Amino acid sequence: MKQQINYLGQNGYFGAYGGRFVPEILIPAVDELNQAFQEILQDGEFFKQYYDLLMDFSGRPTPLTYAAGLSEYFGKAKIFIKREDLNHSGAHKVNNVLGQGLLMKKLGKTRVIAETGAGQHGVATAIMAAKMGFKATIYMGAEDAERQYANVFWMKQLGAEVVPVTSGTATLKDAINEALRDWAGNFDNTHYALGTACGPRPFPEMVTYFQSVISKEMKKQLKELCGKYPDRIYSCLGGGSNAMGAFVEFLQEPEVELIAVEAGGKGEASGKHASRIAYDKAKAGVSQGYKTLFLQDEDGQMLDTWSISAGLDYVGVSPILAHLADTGRVRVEAATDAEVIDAFQLIISKEGLIPALESTHAFAGLFREIADTKPDDIVVVNMSGRGDKDIFNIGEALQDEGWKTFVKERGKRYAD
Amino acid sequence: MQIEKMLEDAKKTKKILLMTHQIIGYPDFETNEKAIECFCQNGVDLIELQIPFSDPIADGPVFTKSNQTVLEKGIKVNECLHFVEKMTRKYPIPFLIMTYYNIVYQYGVEKFIDRCKEIGVQGTIVPDAPLDEARSYYDYSREQGLAAVSIATPYSDEERLQVIAAVGSGFIYYVPRKGVTGSKTSFASEVLGGIRKAKEVTGKMIAVGFGIQGADDVANLVGAADIAIIGSKIQQVIEAEGLNGLDRFLLSIARVNGGSQ
Ligand SMILES: Cc1ncc(COP(=O)(O)O)c(C=O)c1O
Repeated sequence: MKQQINYLGQNGYFGAYGGRFVPEILIPAVDELNQAFQEILQDGEFFKQYYDLLMDFSGRPTPLTYAAGLSEYFGKAKIFIKREDLNHSGAHKVNNVLGQGLLMKKLGKTRVIAETGAGQHGVATAIMAAKMGFKATIYMGAEDAERQYANVFWMKQLGAEVVPVTSGTATLKDAINEALRDWAGNFDNTHYALGTACGPRPFPEMVTYFQSVISKEMKKQLKELCGKYPDRIYSCLGGGSNAMGAFVEFLQEPEVELIAVEAGGKGEASGKHASRIAYDKAKAGVSQGYKTLFLQDEDGQMLDTWSISAGLDYVGVSPILAHLADTGRVRVEAATDAEVIDAFQLIISKEGLIPALESTHAFAGLFREIADTKPDDIVVVNMSGRGDKDIFNIGEALQDEGWKTFVKERGKRYAD
Repeated sequence: MQIEKMLEDAKKTKKILLMTHQIIGYPDFETNEKAIECFCQNGVDLIELQIPFSDPIADGPVFTKSNQTVLEKGIKVNECLHFVEKMTRKYPIPFLIMTYYNIVYQYGVEKFIDRCKEIGVQGTIVPDAPLDEARSYYDYSREQGLAAVSIATPYSDEERLQVIAAVGSGFIYYVPRKGVTGSKTSFASEVLGGIRKAKEVTGKMIAVGFGIQGADDVANLVGAADIAIIGSKIQQVIEAEGLNGLDRFLLSIARVNGGSQ
């Protein structure tokens, strides 16, 4: 398979963003990883081994489902859904993790650490560790661990140690800090499997590379199903791994419009959101080992963020996407929590699909602007994961009485 | 460079110099100031003051928590700089500012260095400003005659040590082990060997920080390092035993240099 990655960046920089701003003690670790990554880029056999593992273990290729119900409902563009929810573990995160697992073997590391927001990356890492025989420690913001306990439960069942992080804002960025600190102390035997296209070089490129299977498959599937490239692709945008995965093979196809949707939370005016680019609230800065657009105050202290979906609740953004947004190649929008809940109800009722709240942002972005598409347009939504994990948040957001009663009764049973 | 000369002179009368570290605003400015007074009375040679950052990845749990506590009180970078200025005017001891790169970057790299100079600071230590990424910070500091201290580790090979010596200025901060600030370091002969090698290759003053707990550790470093840096332990002593405890602690360390003339 032809490897096209060079255009992604030179020396780990994407325009003004990227780099590796880590303490000196971590320089050998990021160097070692970068060298191994450069080697596998040249190694077609590695990619084959990787993709075979995805097919055998995770269920790839994932389908590209025609969304007949939604397409008819709007009477505009034909909507296709890339089904990353059908991966084992229920999200795209596993693509990246299995790749990094194989890389770990190459490096001879025996312990893996990871950060997790929604818990999907933590679960994927715990699955990979169980399958490949590694020890795993997962850092998770204490607040996220509470919001997504179902995933904490699974990580523990899989044999991983879950460490709730109480420092800072107790969310994803703080979990990343703790993972970096752990890595600084243990890089001899430990690999840090970062879960998104952020962090110091080579993570943004490497995670993009492993997620590129999404758009590689999309390209092939669209050719078979439609005989043409899509007019638009929508993805949600947390750190940026699913968006990069869905976009990367189309970056050089200018007729394909690429739209990334951030967490608008309670709206722009509320200040309670995680929109870095769409609301134009972020500034270039350096934190967590790299330079990108961060939500920060005038002193450079990182700000608190908010989203109904833990997986999009992050202060930074992939340096690659920050650059692609600067250059206009990717358009960035934000969807509010309320828009997301509305979109969720429409998707579940028209398609019989249960999307993750993260992924629902991508749908909400499309629904808002579907009026300006034409019936022969082809639109793809990258459904990055499934929504089972979100049942508590969705039940609460919908104020569902039956659900509330169930939770209360269950709680009562454990109370005494 | 100013500080290099000062250190050379100070080193003539002592076996090893001492640098203490505090987080500005923690637990409060008054305690900071009293601690600084105590440092000066007890023969501390250099004082490192840290401007808090929301995401201090080189710090362990003790400092991570105190960074956050200060920020929760709403203390701003400018207040920290004003405090430092007040201290440099009052105490005739060299001060260094430690912080993270984003603080410097948002302030404006050159503006920050200019301001440090203006308020009488001798240099800066920025652990997440790698030599190759933040070159303008190192270069401009050198131009302005301010120390931009670079960091070496046991993993720095000879080639890297030479870059560390060439790009940074003032002295070299040697981190003797993997990990973050706080937990204890064991200064085995292997570690001391690494420090000696760093000194030999770079020809610079070597300061050793991370995990120094008391007089024994400092005594152990004599002959290998030029400066011992005490950080988390200072904070813990103040928290547990107050300023009197700090006084006793520093006195015990000063004994390492006792009768060295
Ligand atoms: C299902 C799902 N989609 C999207 C995301 C957002 O991350 P990214 O932007 O890296 O794809 C997450 C993160 O946890 C997720 O779990």
